[in-house]
Amino acid sequence: MSASTTKHDIAELDDIDRQIINRLQDGLPIVEAPFAVVAQELGIEERRLLERLNDLRESGVLSRFGPMYHAERLGGGLTLAAMSIPDIYFNAVAEQVNAFAEVAHNYRREHRLNMWFVLATETPERILEVIAAIESATGYPVYNMPKQEEFHVRLYLPV
Amino acid sequence: MSDSTCQSEPSTGAVLDEQDRAIVLATQSGLPLVSDPWAAVGQQIGMSAEDVCRRMQRMQEIGVIRRIAAVPNHYRLGYVANGMTVWDIEDDKIDRLGREVARHPGVSHCYRRPRHLPKWPYNLFAMLHGRSREEVERQAEELAALLGHASRDHLILYSSRILKKTGLRLAVDSPERT
Repeated sequence: MSASTTKHDIAELDDIDRQIINRLQDGLPIVEAPFAVVAQELGIEERRLLERLNDLRESGVLSRFGPMYHAERLGGGLTLAAMSIPDIYFNAVAEQVNAFAEVAHNYRREHRLNMWFVLATETPERILEVIAAIESATGYPVYNMPKQEEFHVRLYLPV
Repeated sequence: MSDSTCQSEPSTGAVLDEQDRAIVLATQSGLPLVSDPWAAVGQQIGMSAEDVCRRMQRMQEIGVIRRIAAVPNHYRLGYVANGMTVWDIEDDKIDRLGREVARHPGVSHCYRRPRHLPKWPYNLFAMLHGRSREEVERQAEELAALLGHASRDHLILYSSRILKKTGLRLAVDSPERT
């Protein structure tokens, strides 16, 4: 997997795109014909809504559209982990880390700990095994920072 | 089909059965963007649209599904400054202050996490998003004012590159317990 393919260009959005993005960050109702319900709220045709959504997803303005599962309530494990990787090895190690299917997101951050990723696993026990496997594959220590308490999770980026 | 085909039934607890797990597997990478997504998912796993819809409603009621939503790429929406603020908070105050930080409108995620002493003393994490670093710094100052002396130190770690963003891939095993 390439470590640098994500587009950084700010998307050009029109009012309809903005309304769709704002409305659907808040959640799709789980009802019969859900997109028709949302389209009606927004005053557009359902077909138009679906076309726009497809375009937004294809062009990467939306990273995904779908259910956001609560990993722990599904019986899985979830953690945030960080590594400190020298610049010259950073891309190579990013590829090694990203190759693990359990790595859900991975961000470069400006700090001595410069690689921060979320691990999601089938079982809580598996977290430590994957961390050990990443340490062994890369040769660098992984700092495990599992959440001890969740105060808030609600990403909303109005446009 | 009438509306009553997709009404929720009383939930019976958080336990997922094989069919729920089949739905999770079929939708974890995304929901089909078609007029009847429940039918499209059902077709993949041999289930009726009504059943898929009813089961997903129940999973949302019991919190297994937080919501079904559009997940934007921050950068492409113009939120180019994404700061993970980390705070070193006195242990006996973190529960109360964590909840207060979480109420700040700019905070998308807020967690208590373990310190890694001596190098990493930070135990409260709050994500901030802005169209510029100044905007993130302004929000961080508001949090600092709210936390006062209970915060001994803090940092803002900006993301400079998305290295991977696939969302959770929860390969769901059969339940081991019966």
